[in-house]
Amino acid sequence: MSESKLELDKVSIALNGKQLLTVDSSVGPGEVLTIMGPSGSGKSSLLAYIAGFLAPVFEASGGVFVNGDDITPLPAERRRVGLLFQDPLLFPHLSIAGNLRFAIDDRSADKASLIRQGLDEVGLGGFEERDPGTLSGGQESRIALLRLLLSSPNAVLLDEPFSKLDSQLRAEMRTLVFSKLRASGLPSILVTHDQADADSAGGEIITLEQ
Amino acid sequence: MEAPETHSFSIRFILLGILLQLTSPATAQSIDLSDWQSLERQARGETVYFNAWGGEPRTNNYLAWVSELMLERYDITLQHVKISDTAEAVSKVVAQRQAGNDDNGSIDLLWINGENFAALKENDLLYGPWAESLPNFKLVNADRFPEMLEDFTVPTQGFESPWTRAQLVFYYDSQWLAEPPQDIRQILEWSISNPGEFTYPRPPAFLGSTFLKQALIELSDRDPALYAPVSSAEFERLAQVLWEYLDALHPSLLRSGRYFPASAIDLRRLMGDGEISLAFAFNPNEALLSVRSGELPPSVRSYVLRNGTISNVSFLAIPYNASQKAGAMVTANFLLSIEAQARASDPDHMGSTPAISISDLDSNARRSFETITRDLAAPSAEDLDRKLQEPHPSWTPALERAWIQRYSAR
Amino acid sequence: MLRWASHSLLILLAVPILLGTLIAILPAFGYFPTLGGTEFSLDAWRELVQVPGIKRSIQISLLSGVLTPLIALALVFLYLASASGSKLDNWMRRLVSPLLSFPHAAAAFGLAFLIAPSGLLSRLISPGLSGWERPPDLLIINDTWGLTLLFGLIVKEVPFLLLMSLAALPQLQPSKHVELARSLGYRPTIAWLKVIAPNLYPLIRLPVAAVIVFASATVDVALILGPTLPPTLSVRVLTWFNDADLNFRFLAAAGAILQLGTSLLAITIWLCLEKLCAVLWRFWVATGDRGTGERLVFFSGRGAMPIVLLVITGSLVALLVNAFAGPWRYPSVLPASWTFLHWTNNFQNLLTPLLNTLLISVGSTLSALVLVLATLESERQSGKLRATAMWLLYLPLLVPQIVFLFGFIVLTESMRWQGTMSLVIFGHFLFVLPYVFLSLSEAYRQLDPRWSQVASTLGASPFKSFWRIRIPLLLAPCLTAIAIGMAISISLFLPTQLLGAGRITTITSEAVALSSGASRNLIAVWAVVQLSLPMLGFLAALTVPRLLWRNRTGMREIR
Repeated sequence: MSESKLELDKVSIALNGKQLLTVDSSVGPGEVLTIMGPSGSGKSSLLAYIAGFLAPVFEASGGVFVNGDDITPLPAERRRVGLLFQDPLLFPHLSIAGNLRFAIDDRSADKASLIRQGLDEVGLGGFEERDPGTLSGGQESRIALLRLLLSSPNAVLLDEPFSKLDSQLRAEMRTLVFSKLRASGLPSILVTHDQADADSAGGEIITLEQ
Repeated sequence: MEAPETHSFSIRFILLGILLQLTSPATAQSIDLSDWQSLERQARGETVYFNAWGGEPRTNNYLAWVSELMLERYDITLQHVKISDTAEAVSKVVAQRQAGNDDNGSIDLLWINGENFAALKENDLLYGPWAESLPNFKLVNADRFPEMLEDFTVPTQGFESPWTRAQLVFYYDSQWLAEPPQDIRQILEWSISNPGEFTYPRPPAFLGSTFLKQALIELSDRDPALYAPVSSAEFERLAQVLWEYLDALHPSLLRSGRYFPASAIDLRRLMGDGEISLAFAFNPNEALLSVRSGELPPSVRSYVLRNGTISNVSFLAIPYNASQKAGAMVTANFLLSIEAQARASDPDHMGSTPAISISDLDSNARRSFETITRDLAAPSAEDLDRKLQEPHPSWTPALERAWIQRYSAR
Repeated sequence: MLRWASHSLLILLAVPILLGTLIAILPAFGYFPTLGGTEFSLDAWRELVQVPGIKRSIQISLLSGVLTPLIALALVFLYLASASGSKLDNWMRRLVSPLLSFPHAAAAFGLAFLIAPSGLLSRLISPGLSGWERPPDLLIINDTWGLTLLFGLIVKEVPFLLLMSLAALPQLQPSKHVELARSLGYRPTIAWLKVIAPNLYPLIRLPVAAVIVFASATVDVALILGPTLPPTLSVRVLTWFNDADLNFRFLAAAGAILQLGTSLLAITIWLCLEKLCAVLWRFWVATGDRGTGERLVFFSGRGAMPIVLLVITGSLVALLVNAFAGPWRYPSVLPASWTFLHWTNNFQNLLTPLLNTLLISVGSTLSALVLVLATLESERQSGKLRATAMWLLYLPLLVPQIVFLFGFIVLTESMRWQGTMSLVIFGHFLFVLPYVFLSLSEAYRQLDPRWSQVASTLGASPFKSFWRIRIPLLLAPCLTAIAIGMAISISLFLPTQLLGAGRITTITSEAVALSSGASRNLIAVWAVVQLSLPMLGFLAALTVPRLLWRNRTGMREIR
């Protein structure tokens, strides 16, 4: 696993001339930076800016460095920044294996065994040919996480990934997600308004004002 | 139909230019009419666009049969381009001449007669003479049947080859009408006392125009002026009686003359539905054929007016710029063959009257024409002897224009 | 490359249509070099004024141009006011697309077979109720004032306006507003007419304009149902255009420009009617009346739509009976025997037009689909929701076909580009494109943007995410758009007729050509083929995704 580092260099986002946020921070390998704030504070826009699909109505500036390289000139698909949304967003027309295969680099050999191994690791061995529509919420979240990891990103963004889970599942997923991210040495940014998420992430916390 | 065109426009244009340059000397194909065998060889592989009125399914089916045989025997692909009015084809040839397309015309063979033939011939838009050189031409016995050499009084001079004969024949439904009117004047009297039981197709539909000519010939007592090119003075003089006749007739027609059927088939349909009791057709076997197919009730009978009715010959012509002249001639020759004429006259197929002279055939060949059995619904042979000649072709458009002027917006 | 898609879409639509219209103007004023007209003159117009019955032709075109949208729109509004949320409404919503795919020509034939003096209706009541032993001598089809034409157009345009209204309604949140008004004591139907109707109308103004133009300039429906002595203006222009005497082209050009003027006049009259209705409506709202007329609206709205449905169903039945009828004497309700003969006899003749129809509709629809997808995808990638000029998209529906096709043919003939398949496909493409765009754009823009975002964070290029994510997710709307595009292409008459120079025949061009010279059985066979093609298309669009995604429960919610 790569040991990488994510730096936000005076990233600032404005909408219609109104400044939404400014962040200047650095996230080390395996660390999680948590950004908290009410809705409308621009925290999701920050993730969109880093991932590379901020809508043109926003004015944004500042650099995003992964291992010292500025990724902001790159198109989204070449930034190698993974993103977990509130919803698992498994592609409904593909099987579980199809979803995972979509994420794996076309050049990697033996995708099938990568998939089998991954499914075993998240406790869903033998799920390859299942229809994503038949999975439970927790199972879907685990596949979404596995899919993200299989795309071998250099950094990970988490957009309130636990908010739609019930409380027991939420705790379970928190543990799984953060342990996986830590184990793979990926720098992550978590956006949430749940204090428990922030506590569980255990990293630096930035609180945005309205 | 045409193969899908996939080249880009510019490429087409360039190719066209090259083709024209390469082929123009060669397209003035040396066609040797005296050597029929080499002509047939020359025609192999050609695609012949045969523009023929497509309004009668029986004819269309017959031509589909011809196409199959042409491909099988002569390696000619015969494409029946169904047109609704032969005038369309004439306008295409004229347009191609104006566009300078003198050797790659889109029409190779054309079913034609009357004013359309006259117009093309007068403007040198026909290829020929060729028709009398066809091996099968002798079958028509033009010595005995001079009408095979004349089209609406205009000499054909080998610019068109006979195909079928036609004669105006009236038919009526004996269920509603016991004694049909025997001439044009009687039709008026009968119609006035039986309103809504007669009508005629709207000119310029050819059957409607033929009705006008039939009425004009009878009302004018076959005035000789009808057989000469029309002049406005003669037209005024003769048409006056016709307009008086029609003015009297129209209020008693179906829908009080506020509607006219669009075509011969429309007229037949009105008869089949029992809307009218008297109708007419240009194919003497029409009623017979339609009774057989169930389109007309079995109570329908045919007859010819006592003073005779207009008869004419349908011809085939080749436009001057046809690109496949050899193939067109081979097709025209086949259509005159005993086999093709027999099939055409078979009531189970096209059911037309043959152009070739049956009585000159040997008994064996004659037998293939004996499928036309006498039938109650068909006119008698004596009836069909009462023929009237078509007026000079210039009368047709003059009558059509005047009719439209007078009656199309009342 | 994608960036050019929307530009080329607009250029491809606008240039041929505007240029064609402009070019049609030249011969109308005597300029037509290939026919020796090199000087401008008013001869064609002088001749046009002299044409017998030209005034009547214009009047009929105007009449159907104004009354068709007026009555059709009234029916749709009354229906929506009285039936929203009812069982009938559920039915109609499902039926409206297939109804719309009923080609104009086939519908017109069906109607003729239904209401003619010897038609199905007359046979149903004869001789028992009517006492008719022979068909009554009534001028119904091809009547002098075009009332049957008007009737046919209304029946055909009601589903179109209904579909457009149903598509626009959700953004108005009708149930919320009607409830509010009801709480103020308004009866529901009155509330709908007072609160929703005035907001809905502006959203469907362009489709209404398209109906005005179509109704005032239709050729195929007018050829089948319209008056003949004299015919409508559009039919006369076509006749002159096809005349053996090429000098009639000048008259045809002047007639085409007159047609353009007539359609514009119909639109002007409509605009005045709009103003008048606005005043009346404001007056009515100001009365504060909450329930008067409730019953009238209710019963007319609920009653009219089933009648339209019955007429369409009756037309369909009339076509089917005729297509398989053996001898069928009046006044028998049903034929004496049934037969496949009309089909077997015509199988050969059907083949080429059928293949051409498929080739043209597939060719034009797929090229339109590619261009529309490219436009929508470039719009999405650039992140700018381009307000693609809607009226430009409607251009092919707003200029009478006969006008710009006329000029377009003059142009292509002078380049010796005529009668080819590619030209016909291009002509169809112009009419198919707007429908494909209108039917696909909403679904495309509505698709959750996060699907593409997930794909790109997983390292998928826009190309990969387009083909492997967006297209499969949008398969159902894409197939529907294809079905609609093909249905439009299949129903087109004039572009095939004019651009194909009569050498390229489709099911529709053949069917319309038969209208004046074929037995009812034969016409019925062609009409049944014509209407089953789009039906099959819609059926495929409905079943293919279901079969493909039968093991993908999540695909049922994607829209």
